[in-house]
Amino acid sequence: MNYFGDPSIWLPWTFAALMGLSILIYVVLDGFDLGVGLLMPLADEDEKDRLVASIGPFWDANETWLVLAVGLLLVAFPPAHGTILTALYLPVFVMLVGLILRGVSFEMRAKAPIAQKPVWNAAFFVGSLMASLSQGFMLGMYIMGLTWTLPHVAFELLTAIFLTVGYSFIGSAWLIWKTEGQLQIRALGWAKGGIWGLVMGIGAISLATPFVSTRIFDKWFSWPEFAYLSPLPIISGALVIFLWWQLARLPLLNDRWSWTPFAAATALFTFAYGGLAYSFYPYVVPEKITIYEAASAPESLFIILIGTLFVLPAILGYTILSYYIFRGKATALRYD
Amino acid sequence: MDTLLLSRIQFGANISFHILFPTITIALGWMLLFFKLRFSATGDRKWMDAYMFWVKVFALSFAMGVVSGITMSFQFGTNWPGFMETVGNVAGPLLAYEIMTAFFLEAVFLGIMLFGASRVKSWVHTLATFLVAFGTTMSTFWIIVLNSWMHTPQGYELIDGVVHATNWFEIVFNPSMPYRFVHMMLASGLTVAFLFAGISALRMLWGDRGEDVKSAFRVGVIAGAGLIPLQILAGDFHGLNTLEYQPAKVAAMEGNWETGPNVPLVLFAIPDEEARENRFEIAIPNGASLILTHKADGVVPGLNDFVADDGEILHPRVAPVFFSFRIMVGVGMAMLLLSWSGLALLRRYGAGDIPKLPLYTFCAMSFSGWIATLAGWYTTEIGRQPWLVQGVLATKDAVSDVPAAMVLSTLIGYLIVYAVLILAYIGVITYLALKATRSEPYSTRNYPRRGEARVAALQPGE
Ligand code: HDD
Ligand code: HEM
Ligand code: HEM
Repeated sequence: MNYFGDPSIWLPWTFAALMGLSILIYVVLDGFDLGVGLLMPLADEDEKDRLVASIGPFWDANETWLVLAVGLLLVAFPPAHGTILTALYLPVFVMLVGLILRGVSFEMRAKAPIAQKPVWNAAFFVGSLMASLSQGFMLGMYIMGLTWTLPHVAFELLTAIFLTVGYSFIGSAWLIWKTEGQLQIRALGWAKGGIWGLVMGIGAISLATPFVSTRIFDKWFSWPEFAYLSPLPIISGALVIFLWWQLARLPLLNDRWSWTPFAAATALFTFAYGGLAYSFYPYVVPEKITIYEAASAPESLFIILIGTLFVLPAILGYTILSYYIFRGKATALRYD
Repeated sequence: MDTLLLSRIQFGANISFHILFPTITIALGWMLLFFKLRFSATGDRKWMDAYMFWVKVFALSFAMGVVSGITMSFQFGTNWPGFMETVGNVAGPLLAYEIMTAFFLEAVFLGIMLFGASRVKSWVHTLATFLVAFGTTMSTFWIIVLNSWMHTPQGYELIDGVVHATNWFEIVFNPSMPYRFVHMMLASGLTVAFLFAGISALRMLWGDRGEDVKSAFRVGVIAGAGLIPLQILAGDFHGLNTLEYQPAKVAAMEGNWETGPNVPLVLFAIPDEEARENRFEIAIPNGASLILTHKADGVVPGLNDFVADDGEILHPRVAPVFFSFRIMVGVGMAMLLLSWSGLALLRRYGAGDIPKLPLYTFCAMSFSGWIATLAGWYTTEIGRQPWLVQGVLATKDAVSDVPAAMVLSTLIGYLIVYAVLILAYIGVITYLALKATRSEPYSTRNYPRRGEARVAALQPGE
């Protein structure tokens, strides 16, 4: 078959890009709803309902991006899929149990007898915590090349905590946007408490990654790459300063600019993620297997790509439609 | 126990837990659409009452289906890396299409279906309900395509031990797919039909004589009575198809050891694999030959044909396949009996005055669809062993090298979570029924006419 150029080059590249995109979308979207789950214990009883209401129509679709990311890993890079997931066996288990607890408690807390509600609220928090911590842990393991040595585990515990704080930050940014009154003011407080975690997390990962391998070090600290890449940390720094300033002056009259912390947090996540993607390219299993070595047969990738070209815009379209229908401040969740 | 056996148990536990909830949501989505359309057409509020009760069950089941499904999508990588490495070129695109055409559709429109009624026009809400039901059906289609291809693979070639797709039409429309898809869709319909009848019977026993309860009961009984003959027919065809492609499985299902004509239909026995014979056999002469070949002297394959010259056993373990098949068929027969008696009782007494005994029986059968579905899947899946992909990939060659202790400890973790959640799920459905029985029906609250739904007084957080 003769597609444009060499399909064994551009097909794996395209799929790596698609997979990267869906992981990024997942981290931002499920990041905010996991974050809202993490904030549950800080809210009082009637605020809890509003916290849950703010993510009610979205969380299920948000998690589907994780399924898509794993799906793309599995379909496009089968050997890498096996290697990565068997190495991450335990944290994956913790994450799955966390996601199960969370999704189930979301429904149960509203439907079980009222006396059980605190139990399901607690399960909702614990589930969110398990999922966030394990995802952070997996991020650390991936950066450290999927190995279990003592210093690595220490780093991985750190990334676990940082990602969790980062999620609760983007969760509070979401609440600043989607709630009003007293709760919005409290969410501003939570965001101010969480921003340090975001900054330190991004900082720690950016500092550690180049030292894991000389290959990555050279990718960043050689001329002229260094110059091309310098806007990344500079813009990120500017975003942090903007966030700090904005959190101090919100809320404004008529709720102006209440969406900006969420937008800035999203941009920060995107930049940090872009940096990581740059470091690891072209490897899908760090320092072991490249995307070109792991790719499935071009015929199979091609048949998925055709579908993707039609379906992905549709998915994006109706996802936006759903956010549009549920625009504005969160209201109580009701089936009628 | 070794990693292989533990991984099989773990996979079996996870998929068994997962399948429980799609089995409910696939058909319940269509039923909700039916309620909504009846309401739009007649303006009769009982349909909206029924919708409002069952949509809660749907939301709960859907959430359970989604989170257990996410577990499934990781299982391939964590426990069966050899699966994707060998057949990834076929399985990958099928799973990708499931995610892209089905999962996103149902997940996005679920939000609008559940919480959007007051934010969009009535027809948009009905459309969202339709898209969710359609999405669950698409999920079923793609996953059944994959599963059926694993039983009856075609349209591929092996290059260096890796499967490459050669003909997608043959892959998608593989020989067992139509039977399995139809049988699964009917199974879902039956599961929901008996859930409707059972939970409505429970509410009637608690003294609820609301119009919505009676209607849901009627819908359940009629759907059950209508679908079960179709299911038995579909099952029969499915069995004939299996006879053609996986004779060893059929031999195990029938408990037949020697190939030959005039094979009896074994109703009960305890298959003994050591002695290679059945104990305590009760059988109908010529029965199996009649069912499988439609001739009394038709030849039916026997298990002894699937033993290699060196004594290696090439057929699945007999007892689990044999018994789970009988459990499924037994439940099917019970469903036939009960739903047709229910139909007679409905004609005689009307939905409001059915005697207590049948109501109790319906309650007891509320979750019978689950039992038959699980038993059916155990027949199918265990009957395929020792193959994971029939004739292409053996189960033992796909397993990961994760230490057995790790698989065991996570398995125990999953089992505990699942046990708690199943109890909580059944408990909450019962509680919702009790609450609905005690509270005023939804329709007598000030509900605006026809479709444009925006109501003031309902409990928040639902
Ligand atoms: C409510 C559920 C339900 C009921 C009442 C029945 N089945 Fe079933 N059966 C299923 C639900 C199911 C299932 C879960 O949907 C399976 C598993 C795989 C599949 O395609 O369908 C299945 C599998 C299955 C198989 C195995 C196919 C294979 O070899 O892969 C056979 C031969 C039958 N069925 C036959 C029957 C017969 C003769 C029934 C008559 C009473 C029957 N089933 C009732
Ligand atoms: C359609 C999607 C399905 C796929 C792709 C699938 C695939 C598999 C795989 C990979 C295994 C592991 C290897 C093995 O032990 O055989 C397996 C086994 C098994 N599956 Fe399925 N399966 C599917 C549906 C189901 C469903 C819905 C159920 C039950 C409700 C089920 C029940 C089992 C059981 C019990 C085993 C263990 C068999 C044994 O230990 O002998 N499967 N299947
Ligand atoms: C190994 C096999 C399977 C995998 C990997 C799998 C994966 C998944 C995933 C990830 C979801 C959640 C989708 C979302 O985020 O919305 C899901 C839901 C669903 N699955 Fe499965 N599944 C498997 C087997 C099955 C089988 C055998 C059936 C039915 C015959 C089925 C039918 C459904 C349906 C209808 C849904 C959506 C409705 C619901 O969640 O209740 N799946 N599955």
